[in-house]
Parts: sequence; C-alpha cells; structure tokens
Amino acid sequence: MKKPLKFRLPKGQCWTIGVPYFWLLMFFALPFAIVLKISFSTPIIAIPPYEPLLEYAEESLNIMLNLGNYLLILDDSLYYNAYLSSLKMAAISTIGCLLIGYPMAYAIARAPKSSQMLLVLLVMLPTWTSFLIRVYAWMGILSNNGVINNILMWTGLISEPLQILNTNTAVYIGIIYTYLPFMILPLYATLSQLDMSLLEAASDLGSRSLNTFWKVTLPLSKGGVIAGSMLVFIPVVGEFVIPELLGGPDTLMIGKVLWQEFFNNRDWPVASALAIVMLGLLIIPITLFHHYQAREMEKEA
Amino acid sequence: MKKLSFSTVMLWAGMFFLYAPMFVLVFYSFNASKLVTVWGGFSIKWYGELFRDQQILDAVGTSLQVAFYASTMAVILGTMAAFVMTRFARGWGKLTLSNMITAPLVMPEVITGLSLLLLFVHMADFLGWPAERGMLTIWIAHSTFCAAYVAVVVSSRLREIDRSIEEAAMDLGATPLKTFFLITVPMISPAIIAGWLLSFSLSLDDLVIASFASGPGATTLPMVVFSSVRMGVSPKINALATLIILLVSLIAFVSWYFARRAEAKQRASSA
Repeated sequence: MKKPLKFRLPKGQCWTIGVPYFWLLMFFALPFAIVLKISFSTPIIAIPPYEPLLEYAEESLNIMLNLGNYLLILDDSLYYNAYLSSLKMAAISTIGCLLIGYPMAYAIARAPKSSQMLLVLLVMLPTWTSFLIRVYAWMGILSNNGVINNILMWTGLISEPLQILNTNTAVYIGIIYTYLPFMILPLYATLSQLDMSLLEAASDLGSRSLNTFWKVTLPLSKGGVIAGSMLVFIPVVGEFVIPELLGGPDTLMIGKVLWQEFFNNRDWPVASALAIVMLGLLIIPITLFHHYQAREMEKEA
Repeated sequence: MKKLSFSTVMLWAGMFFLYAPMFVLVFYSFNASKLVTVWGGFSIKWYGELFRDQQILDAVGTSLQVAFYASTMAVILGTMAAFVMTRFARGWGKLTLSNMITAPLVMPEVITGLSLLLLFVHMADFLGWPAERGMLTIWIAHSTFCAAYVAVVVSSRLREIDRSIEEAAMDLGATPLKTFFLITVPMISPAIIAGWLLSFSLSLDDLVIASFASGPGATTLPMVVFSSVRMGVSPKINALATLIILLVSLIAFVSWYFARRAEAKQRASSA
C-alpha cells in the first residue's frame, strides 16, 4: 500500500518533502558551515569584523585559512580552563540531577495510574514558566540578605551571612533546579513501561529489594538514564544565563566566554572557533543521545 | 517496601525543591519594601508600577507576536517534517532529516544563536535581505528550533494512528491532500495543539537565541528582564514573574482537565 501512495502524489509529495528539507538546510545546516568558515578567518575592526576567506586578485584565487583562532584557544589557558570547568560542572550537575531525579521518577511510575499524569504535570509545569525567572528566583533566595541566610541567622546557626550567591555552589543549585524536570521525564517514560512481573519474579526467587534494584530495575532503565543525562549534560556545557546570573567572577564556563567574545570583544572569529570546538566536544554525547532515541522510536514502531 | 517509601519521600522533597523558590518569588511580589528580601508589609504597588513601565509593555507585545507567528510556522514545518519522517522517506534521506530536525533539541543555545546570526549577516551581504535584524529574524530562528519539538510530538502521534483509515479514504477516491486535511489532521490534532502550545511557551521564554538573532529594532520580554535582573533583584520583576506563573499554571490545569475529561469520555464510549 505504500508504493501506490508514492506514485499517486509525486507533485504533492515533492512539496511536503521539499519544504522542511529546504528550511532546515537553509537555517540549520548552512549556518554551521558559515560558523566553520568564520572560525578560519582573521579578526579585524570593521563591519563585519572579519576578513574574507576567499580573495580573487591578479588572476589567482587565494584561500586564506587562518588557524590562529584555534591556536589561540589551545594556547590561552583561559579557554582551556573554561572548557574543562564547563565539562566538570555539567558532569557534576548531571549526576546531581540523576540522584534526585531517579527516585522521583520511580515514585511517579509506582504511583496509582490516575495520579501519574498529574504528578508528571507538576514536574513539568515549572519548565513552562520562564526559565529566566526560575533562575532569578534563586538570586533572591541565595543572596547575603536572602531567605536562606535570614533563616540561618535567625536560628542562630551562623552569625555572618554565608556567601552563596556568585559562587559555583549557586551555579550548581541553579543548574540542578532548572534541568531536573528534563531528567525526570525520560526516566519516568522508561520506568513506567517496566514490566512489574520481572521485579516480582526477582523477589519470589529471594532477591532483596536493593539487590533487585541494582540487578533488574537499573539495567532495564538504562535507556532513560542515558537520554535524561544527555538532555541535561549537553545544554549545560553551553549554559550562559545561569553562570552569568548566579555565578561569580571566578565562575568560568564556555558559554559565558563565548558570549563575552562575541558581544563584548566583538571577536567573531574566535567566538566561532570556540563554538566549533564545543561542538567537537559534544559530538560523542549527541550521537549517544540520537542512537538511544532512534532505538526507542524503533521499539515504539 | 522500604525502598518505595524512600522514593516517595524523595518525590515530595523534590516537589518542594521545585516549587519553594516560586512561592518565595510570588510572596515577595506583594512586599511594600523596595528591598526584595526585607518584608515591609503587604502591598500591590509593584503591579501598578509594572503596568506603567512602557518598555516592559512594548516587549510583552513583541514577544507575544513573535511567539504567535513562530509557533504557527513551527507547527507547519514540524508537522510536514514528521509526516515525511514517518511516511515517505527511508534510508539516508530519513536519517539526515531526523538528525537535522532533532539536533536543535540538545544543541547548546549559544551555538544555535551564533550560527543563525552569522547566517543573517551573510544573507544581508549576498542577498541584501534581511536588511536589518529584528522581529523577522527572531521569527525565523524561533520557528526553526520550535519545529524540532513539534516534529517529535507529532511524529510519535503519527506512528500511533491507524493508517488503514487514510488508505480507505484514498481508495474511495479522496485526493492525498484532502485525505490529509480531512482524515489525518483531525486524528493528530491533539499533538498539533500540544506542539503549538509548547512552541509558544518556548518562544516566549527564549533569551539566548533571541539576543543573537535580534537587532536594535526588536527587544523581547526575556531580553528586558535579563538586562534588569543583571543589575540585581527588583520587586517589579517579582510581580511580572507572579503573573507569568499564574497564567501558565492556569493554562496547564485547564488543558489537563480537558484532556482528562476527553479520556474519560473515550473510556466510557469504548466500554
């Protein structure tokens, strides 16, 4: 039945296939090619602030590939440290989200069917409100005269306000807070499809509940763990808003550095090179995510 | 049994973690004192001041317009892409399309934003269009990344529906286009509506991509909020946040209620 469908609407099909392809090639694939191009050009003070790569003069076509931007990134410890600390912060926050999110997803998946949808809604609701405002909320809570310090001083636990805002601790709290729902959702999706009879079989055969968890539940929810971790890890590496608002001057994250290079220093070539290197670092997690997502989709089909 | 209770405790602790900051935010929006964290008595004066702030009102207008057009475009593109992915393409073509459409889901926003801005600069260079960056360029940028979310939502629905109904319509002589609008669209309409709402909220919320894609002409609400928040906490932003939280919760619970009622009706009719 598929073949005749294909023959019957050659023209309509052309349009249906053509439009999304054209749009994505134009506004998704082409921009990356341009970023790659700019990353090899020389920064100058002009509009636009870079030199062209191709030059045609005196009957010769000159292609100038300037590797200086990449060499600068390798050379300058600022960039190197920014990448390293971004990866480290993303890894720690992912583990934090997993430790908090897994039990939550498990509890939702085990809740009565009628209340599961409401619980998922409650987890997802914060993400539909403004991301910026959820980060902003923590500014008021963590600041020196904020809610946490007020409570701690009032109970007499501390006499001086703790400096939490503008430190890396605040960035971790902000990241885990805003990305937690994205961890819970895929975990819940796999855990709710888990065959309960397997767990019963394990306990009938005398397995203790903790043992069952490590040997049965966790391996079976591997797909959800990977999907959730990637959904947190990948965007956090390039995060800009959270380190900017909650972090301090010593919070070094690559998204923030890229933003500063682009908007404050107007150094477009270096910003592009930073983006390309970041993409290179993220290629493995992104492929991993796609691999598992494709497998999930095939399972569904 | 012990593990179950541990996870339930974690669930409620996690819910507290998710909601407590929002309650603090709402609570301090009614604070009379200018210092956000010192309680100076109940007052709604910040709401009044919010509605007198012309810059914020203009930005709300811009954001709503961009979000409306972007989510509409995203629904069209995303549905088409989902249709192609589930019905036509096979092999390499399918893989390329599905990779391109789902990539913005996980791509760091700074990369997407930077790449789109450089594209717009190049286009202005070679084609003379878009002459200046503003609402149009934000619209293009938002349509592209929102289409990814729509494609995921719609394609999972397209895989679920019974294809024999479409085939029956076409066997009875309906053209493919007519079949699509009269048979397929009504069947996937919940997914289309969900995709539209999701795109709308994503577009309203986006700061990073809009900052890259916009020019001097257009300022969206997140851009105004961000530049004000950078200077520190302000009770006016708390008032704005309260209104946003109220609106989103209202929409979410109304749609949840209707979804549940529709489900109950379906169950009753099938029983």
